[in-house]
Amino acid sequence: MIRDLCKSYGSDPAVKNLTLDVRRGEFLALLGPSGSGKTTLLMTIAGFDFPDSGAIEIGGKDVTWMAPNKRDLGMVFQRYTLFPHMSVLDNIAFPLRMRKVSRADREARARAALKTVRLEGYGDRKPSQLSGGQQQRIALARAIVYNPQVLLMDEPLSALDKTLREEMQVEIKQLQRQLGVTVVFVTHDQSEALTMADRIAVLNFGELQQVGSPKTLYEEPASAFVAGFIGETNFWPAQVTADVDAGREVEVELEGGERATVLATHTLQRNQSARIAIRPEHILIGAGRDKGGVTATIDDAIYAGSVTTLLLRTKGPMVRVRQASPATSGDMTPSGAISLTWEARHARAYPLS
Amino acid sequence: MSVRPGSFTLGGRQYSPAASLLLATPFLLMIVLAFLLPLAMLLRESMFVPSFTTANYEKVFDEPVYLRVMFRTLRISVLVTVITLLLAYPLAALMARARGLLLGLLLLAVLLPLWTSVLVRTYAWLVLLQRNGLLNDLLLGLGLIKAPMQLLRTEGAVVLAMSHVLLPFMVLPLYAALRAIPDDYVRAARMLGAGSLSVFRHVVLPLSLSGISAGCLMVFLMAMGFFVTPALIGGPQQMMLATLVQQQVTELLSWPFAGALVGVLLAFVLALVLLFNRVVRLDRFVGQA
Repeated sequence: MIRDLCKSYGSDPAVKNLTLDVRRGEFLALLGPSGSGKTTLLMTIAGFDFPDSGAIEIGGKDVTWMAPNKRDLGMVFQRYTLFPHMSVLDNIAFPLRMRKVSRADREARARAALKTVRLEGYGDRKPSQLSGGQQQRIALARAIVYNPQVLLMDEPLSALDKTLREEMQVEIKQLQRQLGVTVVFVTHDQSEALTMADRIAVLNFGELQQVGSPKTLYEEPASAFVAGFIGETNFWPAQVTADVDAGREVEVELEGGERATVLATHTLQRNQSARIAIRPEHILIGAGRDKGGVTATIDDAIYAGSVTTLLLRTKGPMVRVRQASPATSGDMTPSGAISLTWEARHARAYPLS
Repeated sequence: MSVRPGSFTLGGRQYSPAASLLLATPFLLMIVLAFLLPLAMLLRESMFVPSFTTANYEKVFDEPVYLRVMFRTLRISVLVTVITLLLAYPLAALMARARGLLLGLLLLAVLLPLWTSVLVRTYAWLVLLQRNGLLNDLLLGLGLIKAPMQLLRTEGAVVLAMSHVLLPFMVLPLYAALRAIPDDYVRAARMLGAGSLSVFRHVVLPLSLSGISAGCLMVFLMAMGFFVTPALIGGPQQMMLATLVQQQVTELLSWPFAGALVGVLLAFVLALVLLFNRVVRLDRFVGQA
């Protein structure tokens, strides 16, 4: 759907040679830090910006140079964009009016859309009389009332407070499933992307880092950037001790001098510098001198209800380990030396670029 | 923070009603002494000197010559308002989208005339429009006309010069209103299937209504009482109300009749503002712009 797309502002490339296929009916999140090109990409899909090269197809039709109002897309914006001089119902009916739908028909469809977002009875109000969450739900109703081919969302929940945001995430996800509409959702919030998306496309510096399901991205990040950006990760500098092909296990010398077995994500050479990424919940703590373990001492324990995060001092970097909180208090923070182990497949070695 | 009635906050500080009144005193004094008091005296002159009489007001409505001046004033003011609106809207729309140097230049082009005396700008039109002025010379040189045209002392010239002089008062409120419309509204409307024309009709125009009404009201009211330009550009046949009042006072020393003319103008303008306020609900826009 998006092919070889390039876009630059001045000498700064905002999107580099990006190819991405959005499947019909899926919920795709464009995830990246600010400046990663995700908004540029969305604006180009929407038709408010045009690429330097490459093409965009929607439903098999080339729309690269088509005006936004001809593309048959829906969009929910970051800021509230309900027209303040129209009632809620007129707002929802606006796209139908632009499509020359008869008055009676568009009122019926607008009322149905209002019901879909569970705000029946609010039709006669002005947008300013609604809360932020209600306004975004109306904006959503307005974007789906004409059954667009693709629904674009540009961080639509970022202005809402945390509780409401989490509620709306689930609500939008359910609505998307129920309607079967294709959604492209831009966000910089990785937990939002993990919660909502069928697939996530991670962008950084205008380049596509990885596309995959939330599970794939979390458990098998393709690059150190993805590993660090999605979820929490410990990075441990290391030296590779032998030549190894991608996907094989290899022994490395960790910073601090100890050795461990890890999984090579790329083809690595002997003595190459690498970064080992291990999720906090994948590190197991054993007593004293377990065989093959890495030694550490507990610096601090942060209790957060169901889980407890331990801050560990090793011969290398500080490491965070997450465990289920013990049923009984105490014995969580032995002062002596402990040993850390992990399954090799959970410790992923990335070449140091 | 709770706000007591009659108090107001400024720069995070809350002022008591007494302090508010104190701060407004110089302004209030000036309004009362330099505006309300002379106005009241003039109106009193027109009705109660030496005893109560409506003769002066009857004269305004009985004599066709005065009625003609009134209707001419109204007609010219409406024309000027419409012309400035049509000229100012596209310019204000351009300014609202412009950034940096272009915006600076446009703002300067609008404000510079405003900083120049009305008299100077009116004389500029005199130079342009007189019998052997620039415009006639140009048309003669191009062979479009055989003899110089009578441009000065025509209603067209008065309307043209007044539209020019009053244009900034239309541009500025329109610019403020258009600038306040977030780009996202226009984008949203485009996304929802609206073409450029529909975006303008359904989104930009209604949202700039506050600026349109403010600009029209300002230009219209100023035109109704405009003195310098019509007095210099127009002749006796283009006389407007302000010139008539001046004539009554300085040439005929007829204060009572001048007072009656002012009274009628004032009543008409007040009625118009009240009606306008009812229809467009000016106060609703005050907090929005």
